[in-house]
Amino acid sequence: MSNYSPTMIPASLAKRRRHVLTPEGLALPLTIASRGSRIGALVLDFTIIFFGMLVIGMVMVWILGDLLEQLMTDEDGKVLGAAEFVIVFVILLGFLARYGYFLGFELGPRGATPGKRIVGIRVAARDGGQLSAEAVIARNLLRDIELFLPLVFLQVAPTGEMGSAGVAGMIWFAIFMAFPFFNRDAMRAGDVIAGTWVVEAPRARLAATLSTQGAATGASEVTGARYSFGEAALSVYGEQELQTLERVLRDGQEEAIVSVHAAICRKIGWEPGSGDERAFLEAFYAQLRAKLEGDLRFGKRKKDKFS
Amino acid sequence: MKAPLLARWRRPGEIEAPPDAASAVLRSDRFRLEREGEWRRLEAILARMEGGSMRRVSDEDLLALPALYRTAASSLAVARETSLDAATLAYLESLVQRAWFQVYGPQTGLWGWLRGFLLGGWSRAVREIWLDLCIALAAMVAGTVVGWLLVARDKEWFWSLVSPEMAGPRVPGADREQLLETLGTEANADGLSMFAAYLFSNNAGVAILAFALGFAFGIPSLMLLVHNMALLGAMLFVFSGAGLTLEFSAWLSVHGTTELFAILLAGAAGLHIGRSMAFPGERSIMAAAQQGGRRAAVVMSGVVLMLLVAAFLEGFTRQLVGSTSDRLLIGGTMLALWLAYFFAYRPRNRSGDGT
Repeated sequence: MSNYSPTMIPASLAKRRRHVLTPEGLALPLTIASRGSRIGALVLDFTIIFFGMLVIGMVMVWILGDLLEQLMTDEDGKVLGAAEFVIVFVILLGFLARYGYFLGFELGPRGATPGKRIVGIRVAARDGGQLSAEAVIARNLLRDIELFLPLVFLQVAPTGEMGSAGVAGMIWFAIFMAFPFFNRDAMRAGDVIAGTWVVEAPRARLAATLSTQGAATGASEVTGARYSFGEAALSVYGEQELQTLERVLRDGQEEAIVSVHAAICRKIGWEPGSGDERAFLEAFYAQLRAKLEGDLRFGKRKKDKFS
Repeated sequence: MKAPLLARWRRPGEIEAPPDAASAVLRSDRFRLEREGEWRRLEAILARMEGGSMRRVSDEDLLALPALYRTAASSLAVARETSLDAATLAYLESLVQRAWFQVYGPQTGLWGWLRGFLLGGWSRAVREIWLDLCIALAAMVAGTVVGWLLVARDKEWFWSLVSPEMAGPRVPGADREQLLETLGTEANADGLSMFAAYLFSNNAGVAILAFALGFAFGIPSLMLLVHNMALLGAMLFVFSGAGLTLEFSAWLSVHGTTELFAILLAGAAGLHIGRSMAFPGERSIMAAAQQGGRRAAVVMSGVVLMLLVAAFLEGFTRQLVGSTSDRLLIGGTMLALWLAYFFAYRPRNRSGDGT
């Protein structure tokens, strides 16, 4: 187990970080998906299903309009064979849409429904092993009692139609609904049964190496000046400031570069010039990183400027 | 740390060549530049696999995948100790995670799983929960008896068990002709398929509920079974009062042997989860819930299939086949088929099928 923790993550995120031990003994860092993003994914999925059904319904009405007309206005109250087939199709489609959609997508290579993919999360097995089909089925079967029954009871209980049984039912299902808020891994009841959890699936792209470009390797392209910083100037900052500086350089926003440049110059006692801020920062970044990584190899870590 | 949306439209393979490793000032960047090519190759393979087209992944790439995955994983381990480049670390973490999901992802899609499930996986799962099946069966029999006895003692009980709109003309003290009429057939199949589809949705809901309530240590599952069967017992009493026991049983058996069997399985599956959680033995409760849950899920998938069959039988066959002996024959045959599949059909357990 590595004691590695990135230095620029907020506390709320640090709480959601887990390590899964893969079968080859690697500690793989995972981030539990936040409850908000999971609700968002669910809403997206149901929206997709709803509109999908709507489109199919529209197409059917457009194709079978006359048939449905007959269905509504039949002389002797008999339903015609073809129209009847249409209704059967719709009922079964409704059932299939709900279950087939979630099962099919979560069993796919991405392990996520379209809604989950948009939000950037996916389903994974809690034990670091394979995500089995049974697990996916189990977690989706329980969605009904977690979501739909509570909603039904919420409508029934206040009317007093079912008396105290309705209220008891409402409390009972409210427990299911609130289940994800009472455990650290934000698992819903279906996840517990299936042995799964929902994690973030980040898709980071490999950014360019900063230390091979611009003034990091030598002279500034604008002024031709070579910046070199002494031991004292480089020992002011730590890893957190280094990674902030990296972000500033990668984003390349002019105002940020200017203000960071001014701040660093104040800190190390230089007179801030202007017009060559980026080159200055590139050189400072490369040399600071060289120093910190050198210390790292000797087992010395400097978290931030205060340590 | 997500890439901007537009950047994702880049085709894999369209990358500018990385700078020469020797040009890097920093040792950690040299380390990165020397391995970058392999990372990118892994990323390209992953992108194709995630796209779901295994045919576009060449054999060579597929064979290289485990090695590339381990390379990336060890790169990550080294980079964590030697590099302070946050972007590279974030990239490697996401790369290793994606590779891990592909290497250890679901091995079969929906269709592959279905094949293994039908060819033995389902019947094996049913046999594995035999104890819960016995308990659920006992609960169902008890429920029927209770329903019968309650109505036999006091007719008022009938109304607390059966809702008036469901009962229709089938009430205590109804005469024989009226009751026989409810067991009758339709002249043709008009409107029946709709009825069947509706029944299926409805029953599937009840079965899934019975399964899902297993979470509360199985007790609600049992209560649901008892309540549903008490209803049947009450009906049975009404018909037997008019001397129609055999006719009613035949009418019910057409679909009932399948449907009640399915509900029995669903209740047993729920009970199985509850029982594994209440008595986990050596395992942790979480592990017990997980093992029970996955086994029960297999049974439940089968239950949904059985309910489809039952709805078809109920909607069409029962309403079209009239004679008592024919009805009994159909119902008995279905029951024999199910029993044979669950308890006599035992193919050898090949690895990689539906359990």
